[in-house]
Order: sequence, then C-alpha cells, then structure tokens
Amino acid sequence: MSTTLFRTIQPNQFTLLGTALFRRRRRSNFSVRCCGTQTTTTHEAKQPSQSRIAPKNHGSNKLDEILRDYEAVIGIETHVQLSTFTKAFCSCPNNYGSHPNTSICPVCMGLPGALPVLNSKVVEFGVRLGLALNCDLSLKSKFDRKQYFYPDLPKGYQISQFDIPIASGGYVDVDIPLEFGGGHRRFGITRVHMEEDAGKLLHSDTGDYSQVDLNRAGVPLLEIVSEPDMRSGIEAAEYASEMQRIVRYLGVSNGNMQEGSLRCDVNISIRPIGQAEFGTKVEIKNLNAFSAISRAIDFEISRQALLYNQGQADQIVSETRLWEEGAQKSVTMRKKEGLADYRYFPEPDLPEVILTQDYVDSIRSSLPELPEAKRRRYEAMGLGMQDVLFLANDVSVAEFFDAVIGKGAEVKLAANWIMSDIAAYLKNEDLSINDVKLTPQELAELIAAIKDGTISGKIGKQILFELLAKGGTVQGMIKAKDLVQITDPAEIEKMVLKVVSENPKQLEQYRNGRTKLEGYFAGQVMKMSKGKANPGLLNKILLEKLNAKD
Amino acid sequence: MIGELIKILKITVLTSKNSKEIAKKPWKLNSIRQTVTFASSSSPVTTTTTSVSPPQSQILTTRRSLLSGEITASEIAKSYLSRIRLTESHLKCFLHVSDNVLKYAQEIDQRIAKGEELGPLAGVLIGVKDNICTEGMPSTAGSRILEHYRPPFDATAIKKIKELGGIVVGKTNMDEFGMGSTTEASAFQVTANPWDLNRVPGGSSGGSAAAVAARQCMVSLGSDTGGSVRQPASFCGVVGLKPTYGRVSRFGLMAYASSLDVIGCFGSTVADAGMLLHAISGYDRFDSTSSKQEVPEFQSQFLPMDLFESKPLKGVRVGLIRETLEEGVDSGVRSVTQEAASHLEALGCVLTEVSLPSFSLGLPAYYVIASSESSSNLSRYDGVRYGNQVMADELNKLYECSRGEGFGGEVKMRILMGTYALSAGYYDAYYKRAQQVRTLIRKDFKAALEQNDILISPAAPSAAYKIGEKKDDPLAMYAGDIMTVNVNLAGLPAIVLPCGLVEGGPLGLPVGLQMIGAAFDEEKLLKVGHIFEQTLKGSSFVPPLLPNVA
Ligand SMILES: [Zn+2]
Repeated sequence: MSTTLFRTIQPNQFTLLGTALFRRRRRSNFSVRCCGTQTTTTHEAKQPSQSRIAPKNHGSNKLDEILRDYEAVIGIETHVQLSTFTKAFCSCPNNYGSHPNTSICPVCMGLPGALPVLNSKVVEFGVRLGLALNCDLSLKSKFDRKQYFYPDLPKGYQISQFDIPIASGGYVDVDIPLEFGGGHRRFGITRVHMEEDAGKLLHSDTGDYSQVDLNRAGVPLLEIVSEPDMRSGIEAAEYASEMQRIVRYLGVSNGNMQEGSLRCDVNISIRPIGQAEFGTKVEIKNLNAFSAISRAIDFEISRQALLYNQGQADQIVSETRLWEEGAQKSVTMRKKEGLADYRYFPEPDLPEVILTQDYVDSIRSSLPELPEAKRRRYEAMGLGMQDVLFLANDVSVAEFFDAVIGKGAEVKLAANWIMSDIAAYLKNEDLSINDVKLTPQELAELIAAIKDGTISGKIGKQILFELLAKGGTVQGMIKAKDLVQITDPAEIEKMVLKVVSENPKQLEQYRNGRTKLEGYFAGQVMKMSKGKANPGLLNKILLEKLNAKD
Repeated sequence: MIGELIKILKITVLTSKNSKEIAKKPWKLNSIRQTVTFASSSSPVTTTTTSVSPPQSQILTTRRSLLSGEITASEIAKSYLSRIRLTESHLKCFLHVSDNVLKYAQEIDQRIAKGEELGPLAGVLIGVKDNICTEGMPSTAGSRILEHYRPPFDATAIKKIKELGGIVVGKTNMDEFGMGSTTEASAFQVTANPWDLNRVPGGSSGGSAAAVAARQCMVSLGSDTGGSVRQPASFCGVVGLKPTYGRVSRFGLMAYASSLDVIGCFGSTVADAGMLLHAISGYDRFDSTSSKQEVPEFQSQFLPMDLFESKPLKGVRVGLIRETLEEGVDSGVRSVTQEAASHLEALGCVLTEVSLPSFSLGLPAYYVIASSESSSNLSRYDGVRYGNQVMADELNKLYECSRGEGFGGEVKMRILMGTYALSAGYYDAYYKRAQQVRTLIRKDFKAALEQNDILISPAAPSAAYKIGEKKDDPLAMYAGDIMTVNVNLAGLPAIVLPCGLVEGGPLGLPVGLQMIGAAFDEEKLLKVGHIFEQTLKGSSFVPPLLPNVA
C-alpha cells in the first residue's frame, strides 16, 4: 500500500495490508473499501474570502405570510482550524494543501504506543479566543476522549474537551449591515473548547473504495458553541462572519471557509410565535460561505414552516441535513436516532491544563483591538455605518486605515480613498491591501498634498495608482513629474487668454448665450496646463475673461 | 454476562475460591542447591549441588568479564542463543528472536578491541515484552490483530537501552495486550513455567519472567498494569520491579490502561532489575505523564555482602499488610511470607502489621478502570491503517470482522466491559465510582507509608498454578491479582523478589515477596530488596529447567 505514507516514518518495515482490499490508487494514499452510504464533505467552488451576505430570496407572498407566524431558533457550532506551526499533539507541520499523507507521524496516525503531547500554542490560542469572546476561562481544564469509529479518526477517539471547556459563558456583538435593516445584536457564547481535527476521506469516482488522507488528523481546532440566540439567516451569517473577523484579528486562524479553516454547523428549529418550548432541532452542515449559511437557514425555516402550516409538523425530525450549494437546497444526510453516546472520559495520556492568572492577564494585555471595539471607535470618529463596517471588516484594511489617520490624514478623506479608489484597485487586481506598494504614510501625504492644494485631486488619483503599483513617495513623484499645481493667477491668466484668443468662434457663441461652453474652455486650459492648473483659480479667471467686455 | 461480571466484581470481596492449596508447608530452602554456569559450553545449563552463594548481578558480571577480556560479548551472546535454542521448544518464552544479536555483540567486541568507552549495558542481553515497540522487529502485543506488525520506531525505554549498549534478544510472549495473568491469553503460544512445564509462568509478562528464570536472557522488560510484572516474577522466582507511575516513559508501550501502565524490569537479582530501571527511567518529552523527578544513582545501594553491617536494615520500618494474609491466600504462601518478614526483622527492620481498609475495593475498581481505558485504547486497532484487516464490502463489516477475528476472547470481554462501564447512564456508577475508590486507596497507602518505610505482602495468593486451571474461570483468575492491583491504582513502586518455595513441581515452586514503597522511592525498595536477597539463606532461585535438555 502506501509507500509514500510510510516513507516519512520508515519505509520497509511496515506490514502491508491485504492488497485485495486495499487497492492502491495513488501511491501516497491508503484506501478503505467501504460502503457508499457514508458521506464526506465536498468542497464547493472558490468563493471570495469574505463575501457579503446575500439578501434572502424566498418566493411567494403566501410563504411570507406563513413565515410571519413562526420564529426560528438558531445556534451555531463553529470549528476554527488554528494556524499553529505544528499539529495539536505532535510535531508534524500544520499546513494546508500538502500531498496526501506527507504530514503525518506515529502520533497523528494513531500507531500503537504513540502518545499525544500538547502543543502549548493551542492553549494560548484558546485563551485568546476565549477572552475575545468575553468568556470566563477555566484555570483548570482537561482533555477528554470522544469515542467513535470512522476511518478518518486514527485512534478511534478524538481528543476533545467535554465537561470542562477552556472558556465558557461569553458573548459576541455584531452590527447587522444596513441593507438588512441594520442594528446591533449580542449573541451568547456557550463555550469554547480545544480539540483535534480528523483526517479526510477521499472517495473513488466509482464509489467502490475510499482513501484516507491523514494530513489534517491532529490539526488543532477550537470549537465555539453559540447560544441559540439567532433568529434569521442574516443574523446567523453575520455571527459567522464576526467569528471570521475575530479569529483573523487575533491571528489564531486564517478563517478561510473554502479551505475548511472555518466551518459552521447550524442548528435550527422553529416554533409558532408565542410558544415557549423549542421545536425539533435540525442540523445543517456543508456551509462553505456566509451566503450559504444565510440561504440554508432561510430554506430550512421555509421548509419547516410549510410543514407546520400543512399540519405535518411530525415530519420535522431530528436529522443532519446537507446544504447543496448548486441546487440551493438542503437534503437529508442522516437521521439522528437517539442520542449518540460518545462515551467521553478523561484523557489519561494528558495532564490537566492549568492556567495561571498571570498567564491569562498577559494574554489579555496583548490582545489587539477587536472588531467590535474598532467599529465603535470608527463610529465615534463620525464615520457612517457603511464606512465603519467596510473598514473594520478586514483587519488589514482596518490597520491600514488606522495607520493613515495616525499620520494625520483627515478621517473622512482617508476612508473615502480606501473605500473607493484603493478598494476598486484591489478588486481589479485581486490583491489584498498588504500586497500593494502604497504605504499608509504616502496615502496620508497624498491626502495632505491635495488638501493644501499642492496637487489637484485628478493628479492625486494618477499618483495614487502609481504608488499602488510601483511604490515611491508622493513628494518624489510630484517633483519628478513636475506635477505641482499651478496656483499663480498670472500664469493661469496667461493660459486662459491664450485659449480664449485661439477660439474666437466659441467665444462668440458663449457670449451669445451658450454658457455651457465654459466647460470647453476650462478643459482646454487644463489641457494646456497638463492638468496642473488649480481648478478653482482657473474657473474664476476664465469666467472673468469670458464675461469681460472688450 | 458483562453486567453480571461487573456486579460480582463490584459487590463481592474477592477471594480466590477456586485456588487449590498448592502447598501445605514451606520447603526448607537450604535443601536446594543449584547454580548455573554460563560458559559457552555445548551444555549451557548445568545443575549442580555446590555450595550456595548469594546471586550475582548478571549486568555487573558481564561488564567485569568483558573489560577483563575473560570472555567476549560474542561468546556470551552465543551461549545465550544456544540456550534459547535448546529450551525454547519447551518454554516458548519468545515470539521473536532477533537475527542481529551476534552482530551487535560483535560491534561491542570491536569497541573493546579499540579501547572505546563501553555503555553500562554493553553486551547485556535483554528480552522485551512484545507490547513494547522495537523498531523493525515484530511487536504484536500477543495479538493476531498486530500479527506481522513492525513499528517504525523504538519505545523510549528501548532507545535508552540501545544507547547504553544493551542488546535486544527478542520479543517475549504475553497475554494479549496485557490482559491476563497466565500468558495463556497470547494469540500465538502458551509459555511454560521453567520450574514446572505444566504450570503457567504468570502474566501478563510471563514470557519475560520465564526467559529470565530460564537464563534465556540476563534481564528483561515487562509491563505492569495490575501486577503483570510482579505476579509472573513471583511465579518464576525472579525479581520483578514495578516503578512509580511516570518514572519510565510509556512512549512506545502499547497502551492497555494508560493511567495504570508502567514498563517494569525483570532480573535474576535486585541489582540487575535496579540497574535496568535506572537505564530506562527519566522524563521523556514524548510522554506527558512521565515525571521530571530526578532519578537517583541506584547502583550505590548494591553493596557486596561482606560490606554489610550486622543489622544492615536497622530501624527500617516495615508494615506487613494484614489484608494480604487473610482467607483466600494459600497457607504455604502465608508461611513463606511470615518467614520473609522474620528475616527482615533479623536484619534489623521494625516490623508491624498495618491495615489498608480499602484493600478489598481495589480489585473491582481496577477492573472497571482498566477495562474502560482499554476499550478506548484498543479502538485504534480497526484494520484501517495497519494490522489485521479483513476484507469487507462495507465499513461496519470491515471493523466487525477485522476486530472480531483479530482480538481474542479475553480482550473482547474487557472491551465490552469497558464500553459498558463508560456508557451514558452507567458512567457514574462504574467509572466515576471506581475513580473514587482509587482516591481512597491512594489515601490509605499514603497513611500507611507515613508510618512505614515500606509495606510488604505476598506477590500473589498462590504459587504458579497448572496451565488451563483457571482458563475458564475469569473471576478466579482476576482474584489472583488482588495483591498487586492496588499498587497500580495508587501509582506506587513495588518490587517482588523470591523469598521461598512451596511444594509443587519437581523442585518446589517459588513464592515472591512484594515490597511497596512511597512514590519515586524505588531506591529504598532496591536497598532493602538487595540486602534481603543477599542475606537470604540458600537463596539460589534457579529453576530445575528441563531435565531432557540439561
Ligand atoms: Zn503527527
């Protein structure tokens, strides 16, 4: 079987498994022939790294009427893959996208005799996230084994935390975007706990055997369980996108949904408005984008409401449903028959996780400004909510913006430049703000240069694009290209007179009432000045000359 | 059946109801006089009746002989290999004998020839229990499910032994995954007791104990979860040393019950067991449960007899555990233990009787904890990545058949018991309660060890019994562990050393005395054990071996 797999450990001394069963497909994989009924995650097409939430889109007015009578209760379990250098319990590199089974060792393969050793970074990241989510931390927590059989789970149990999670009882604040009604919401966080990821099953095209890639096995995760506080797809999607912002702000994860670094499983039930008890809970998996979360929830609310409305509430059963992005609907993955018994018990191979208050305090003091704090600060600066949400959405953008205003640039102008021309450039070039050559210092210079009239806004834009693409300084560029605005009235007057005298026909028309031709003259003068003439002065002088009686 | 078993284990105070009185009276030790010569003759084991001198350390003797040039490492290795060849068909101690013994011995001879530094274990031939991973050598834990499995790494203990010049002779037989007290539960073969080929060597480290008793190797490694080193040491008349939990790294030891498992040492003298322990002890960053406690230099405790004072153990407080000499313990064993206690008194010890009120609770608590942990630890043997895999059309069948055919009956029973004990609704009644008992036992031992330097008891309620005698009566077999399991629950160190013989077999059967010390105080056990051993009259516990071989 898997030559490459074992080459990383010891090539020739491995027992080879029955070839009749383990058919090799690619040399680096080992395969399990198993039933075709098992399902695994399928990854959807690439999507923008942080897409905005799409508005809901359910059909008829009749449905809207039905929906008015029901309330949805939504909770989310979020798995965040941590961006530690090594895995949670062994020293294998933790990198996404390696060739199958090249980032494995006896520990994460679950070989006999191998023991887990906790990567302290996992604890640190757990504490960071716990604090960021306003949780209480357990100064003494422990690991437990969650037991079940599956080929992607090498040890037959997942090392997780059961009754004493590292953090619990927190909350997160979000701002709902204006296009969805706006407003501020607070959602409860039940708990945050540390655990390890499982490997991945790759199914053959024919479906008659499967292969296991253990690169992901043992990669550290933080699972965040929310309170069932959300009531709509939009709220859920906004919660998830806030989680992404927070883990990115904290630097604990890249938060990429398409790579599976941020995975959200949604639990949803609906109940007639006014009813106290919860309805039957349905779980939805395979949500690889915020828009998918929102749509899948709205789909599920409609599905359940219709069943209620048709007197078929008994057909809402406890199950896991899979969102199909292509079809924009969810389908039953498996029914939950009774409670799964994972036979949790304390992991005897790992000591308790003891945190000192000093350690917690030192992490608390090293936390960056978090999205919510940033949004409130931007709001207090006088920015509109749309600007606030845009700027705080991406930590790199927010940091860039903060740096620009730190250099003294006017807040509103800095926001405008970043949100319009710079954002457009990034989008066209498919770049992040960290990729461009423009520094916050130079953007601040540029804004200042326009404001004090050294250059015109038009020239400013030209310079901006040069700075974005090639770097350099505003001053250097103004000098090199002689771009300083002409503000000497005499010089402008000279050019105005020249243009006026060269266009007698237009002048006559103007003076006969076609005052719109002023724009023509202004354009000619500006052209003559190579765009450097101060527009205010130009207009003033031009009007004087055009309206002058000879 | 499972429920019944647990119930019985829970509520009854276990007595070995089935064990027949093996001996009525202790044998006079000085009537047996044999020594074994270790020359590389064609007849490697000769039983003579010369005068009895105290047993000599094989490790120190080997070192002296090698350094003086009296004998070469190759000659020593050849003599042991030829003894293995001659005796193995009767004893079946080894599941695998290494092909490289001579090669490594020659390397040591070359070092000697070049005048290079020799490690303290240079040329020492070591048997290794088959649940301890040895790189490139089969390591099956006595189970079909790992038949032909060769680990890609050495256990930390093996790595240390090799670094110190020790030579792994081969892998010794054991009860499958350590689950058993007779070595009959090996999937591959039944090991005979060198004192009487019709009797069991004890277990689960029966192969390691019998191999040292039969001088097939000088020392050996076993593992002790509930007495698996100490009980076979007693049955085979060798020294068995169970270190404090955490003293020796478990990395590379195939887990049975992680919170109880320790790697232990066998030798024909206390000094050998102690020096082997020294070699493998110490913190290991690959085992988070290993201790950073300093490892003292044990060797200074092994003074030659002529340097002993007249009362060499003057003032040492010895507590004889009352509950270990009550009903259910063979009278012969009782008498020998009493005599051993008198011998300690004669050496200057202050002997008192102590009571451990929780003593009888240990056995059921042990079986609940060990079974629970094993049900989890053995989940990794699923036929997916290594080991026995049975062809199947769907996943559950693959698990069912691979495990169904791979595991033996005893293992299956304990997995079922453990699965039951950890199940929702039963966890509190079994696992949690057993942990509470464990706390009680720890407290009782702590109190008793505050009053005493060491505690003593028999190592087992009887001497070695007949092969097959308890095979169909698991409860009777489990009851035999009553002397040893409490020590594992408390995590304490203990040494078992032969102290007398009872009737049975051609020359009588050895009985072991167990000495229990405070956590990480192996040094004291070794000191007392060494003096006890060196001063015991006629103390040459060499088995009659095989008349048709010798
Ligand atoms: Zn690894």
